[in-house]
Amino acid sequence: MNSTLPPIVEARDLTVDFAAGRGMIRAVRGVDLSLKPAETLALLGESGSGKSVTLRALMRLHPKSAKIGGTIQVDDADVLALAPSALRAYRGKTVSMIFQDPSLAFDPVYRIGDQIAETVMRHEGASRAEGRKRALELFERVRIPSPERRLDNFPHEMSGGMRQRAMIALALACRPKVLLADEPTTALDATVQIQVLLLLRELQREFGLAIVFVTHDIGVAVEIADRIAVMYAGCIVESGTCRDVIRNPSHPYTRGLLSSRAHGTLGKDERLKAIPGSPPDLSAPPPGCAFGPRCEHFIDSCAADIPPNVPVDSLHSARCFRIGSSPPPHPRRARHGSNA
Amino acid sequence: MSKVSVANDPRDRGGAGTPLLDVRGLVKHFGGKGGLFGRSGSVVRAVDGIDFSVAKGETLGIVGESGCGKSTTARLVMQIIKPDAGDILFDGEAVGSAALDLKAFRRQVQMVFQDSYASLNPRLTVEDTVAFGPRIHGASTAASIAKAHDLLHSVGLEPRRFAGRYPHEISGGQRQRVNIARALSLDPRLLILDEAVSALDKSVEAQVLNLLLDLKRDFGLTYMFITHDLNVVRFMSDRIMVMYLGKVVEVGPSEPIFEKPGHPYTAALLSSMPSVDPDNLTEEAPLTGDPPNPINPPSGCRFHPRCRMASTLCSHAEPELAEASPQHLAACHLVGPQSGHPRLAAA
Amino acid sequence: MSAIDAGAIVTVNPVRSEGYWSSVGRRLVRDPVAMLALALILLIVLAAIFAPYIAPADPFRGSMVRRLRPIGTPGYPLGTDELGRDLLSRLIYGGRLSLFMGVTPVLLAFMVGSSIGIFAAYVGGWVNTVVMRVIDVFFAFPSVLLAIALSGALGAGILNSIVSLTVVFVPQIARIAESVTTQTRNRDFVEAARISGARTLTIVRVHVLGNVLGPIFVYATSLISVSMILSSGLSFLGLGVKPPEPEWGLMLNTLRTAIYSQPLVAALPGAMIFITSISFNLFSDGLRGAMEVRQ
Repeated sequence: MNSTLPPIVEARDLTVDFAAGRGMIRAVRGVDLSLKPAETLALLGESGSGKSVTLRALMRLHPKSAKIGGTIQVDDADVLALAPSALRAYRGKTVSMIFQDPSLAFDPVYRIGDQIAETVMRHEGASRAEGRKRALELFERVRIPSPERRLDNFPHEMSGGMRQRAMIALALACRPKVLLADEPTTALDATVQIQVLLLLRELQREFGLAIVFVTHDIGVAVEIADRIAVMYAGCIVESGTCRDVIRNPSHPYTRGLLSSRAHGTLGKDERLKAIPGSPPDLSAPPPGCAFGPRCEHFIDSCAADIPPNVPVDSLHSARCFRIGSSPPPHPRRARHGSNA
Repeated sequence: MSKVSVANDPRDRGGAGTPLLDVRGLVKHFGGKGGLFGRSGSVVRAVDGIDFSVAKGETLGIVGESGCGKSTTARLVMQIIKPDAGDILFDGEAVGSAALDLKAFRRQVQMVFQDSYASLNPRLTVEDTVAFGPRIHGASTAASIAKAHDLLHSVGLEPRRFAGRYPHEISGGQRQRVNIARALSLDPRLLILDEAVSALDKSVEAQVLNLLLDLKRDFGLTYMFITHDLNVVRFMSDRIMVMYLGKVVEVGPSEPIFEKPGHPYTAALLSSMPSVDPDNLTEEAPLTGDPPNPINPPSGCRFHPRCRMASTLCSHAEPELAEASPQHLAACHLVGPQSGHPRLAAA
Repeated sequence: MSAIDAGAIVTVNPVRSEGYWSSVGRRLVRDPVAMLALALILLIVLAAIFAPYIAPADPFRGSMVRRLRPIGTPGYPLGTDELGRDLLSRLIYGGRLSLFMGVTPVLLAFMVGSSIGIFAAYVGGWVNTVVMRVIDVFFAFPSVLLAIALSGALGAGILNSIVSLTVVFVPQIARIAESVTTQTRNRDFVEAARISGARTLTIVRVHVLGNVLGPIFVYATSLISVSMILSSGLSFLGLGVKPPEPEWGLMLNTLRTAIYSQPLVAALPGAMIFITSISFNLFSDGLRGAMEVRQ
């Protein structure tokens, strides 16, 4: 990572609200993030944490009814102020996106090679032959076997892993600077997932891509990311380098996630250290720390205010009142094994 | 709640030595001949001759990738679909025989599905869903509602708060608890969990896994735990069965399978798990390409086109399950001592 | 288990949630278009029921001297028809037969068609194939032609019109019923009910009907407008209601000679058919919207 480069993606105090019935769903509640070229940031969180909503906001993919607040700068463009024509150029050329479900990216009735060529033609004014040539290069690059033949496939004629590779090829067609990845490996089998992760890692190095990678899987985040930002209830609760966050988790939620993982074998009567409860309802988020009601280190101030972002280390910070004060008291874990 | 243990279960017929579930030569092919205007097309060999057993009180984990036949196996055992061939014995009795008719079998074997929402009737309240089973088996309305409340309590849902709710009003984790309560409402002995925690968030998944362990102990249950998540299966299972393209490639106690896998596919599956150690990232994918389609599977050992150890032997001779270590079987020519695999001779 | 769930921070709602249908009702009430349509339907239905008390004149008594009076004639607010009968009264009375002819065939077809569709889908296999292919044969004919052909074959009359319209609608409803039921029977909760040992009839009653009757019913309400238009058409062609009974389609027919002298008066029965059928359609749309279950 070149730490002297200016960031290519910078979001400040990003908020996204959706109208829902009579109320408002506050899906993202003040997210700051910044990403340098050739850096991978993993947004790690559970469903409803706001990780995908944040990602979509970077691409301005939200319906008109959504209210986006704050600022987003990507490659010197003020994303939230882009005019429609500039936005079309921005999508695909500066930033492109890959999804969990490739059917969002491909039209089922056109051949995949034509769709990639089309994208190149539209964005770069290239000829069809040039577009096809680029498509073939990309197919070779993402290591699709017998690429010439595969260019003429329809999306349904490919297996899941191959479709995912083809989607990556499509996303890279116009050589974007930033790639947004929304759980692209979640639906894949384990042996295929690792191949796609390694491919992305390789492409990132080769093209100097900045990647924002949304996932719910800690292992996937560790494999792909330089930095991890842990999201909970619309906020980034902890961020830092991959090593800092995994080795020295500082927010109680991150610690809970790491220690609740099933790994290895446990004795007959051992239980996982599960985080009790469930995430808050975002139409009425609690006033203070959103994790407070589930937290074993809860103190009164947690219910009063949203905790500030407290630095743990130079590049590592967490939103928790208990950081820096006295070391957290000895965890008084709930006795999960006890039963009625 | 009176504790039932496997040892003193009054329904036990065969004794501790008889497996609770014994499956022999199970085969299911899909396609081929269709209905009135059906085309005779390609055949999907979803389950292609598998044998396994589940001992009383144990948890058998079944792992494998999409298309390996693990969910089909669950549905075959459940009698939701009819097998083309094979016998299913429950506590020593053949399912469907005079000694154990389908209805009696179904009281003793229940299933929890992956999709917590699709497996609940959106028009029924939580309590009506859980009470449905006892009702149709002849309990009075009051008795079945009381039973439903007991079970909701057991799965960690306070009946006063949850009994009257509808599925869309509760969270995914809570819905899956309802599904578990529903499955327990007939006092089954065997519970099949088909990717039952796969759709849940990690923090909720841990709660439900703990719940399943508690319930197993309190209700004297036996589990068939189907998942693609190796961490979870290791945590939950006493024994593990690995499937690939409709075949069992490895089966045995969890520890040896994780520590010293006998089949190259199991080894690849294990090393495909993302690392959680930032200083020890995966450098090379253990396998290339996608799992092949169970239509026209490869000849010989079905794994041979993706296997690094494959020899010409593997492409035409299908390996049998052979002992890799005590009670631990693997279907690989490298395990059988007299298979003639060239690497064996070298070693 | 209490330890696990102790920290649950789900807001505690009232012990019993509102049922599905009351939540549908609540959403429907919030839909102004559907409510307006419902109000119009109720107005027309009530007017038809209480016709003897509302209608200013006898719908059958005509007079040769006051034929085809324009709208706004004193004593005849909507003018008179070609036989000098009060048009307002005839429109009010006409609602009786027109609504009856619009709703009855749909109701009958709803009962017959959903039974066929649900049965075929639930039994599945070749039974389903055979039933649905037969249904497809009926489908091949345009509904207008089929209605006319059947009415023509059976002879004119109210009963025969109802029979022929029912036959026209049964395949349409059966097909929807079959597809909704097929979707439902493959859902996991039906499978779960089956593995709990429930009998087929119990599963259909508890788990299938509640989930399929709603969508079929919505589709059926959208057919009421078609039925009204078709039955008016049959009457217009002389295959349905016979004169002098007031019925909107028949009135449209007999007034067509006045299209040049009193175009507004001649158009009124058509306007009634239009307003009523579009109200049924808008209400049906609103109902469909309100019935969509969110997860």
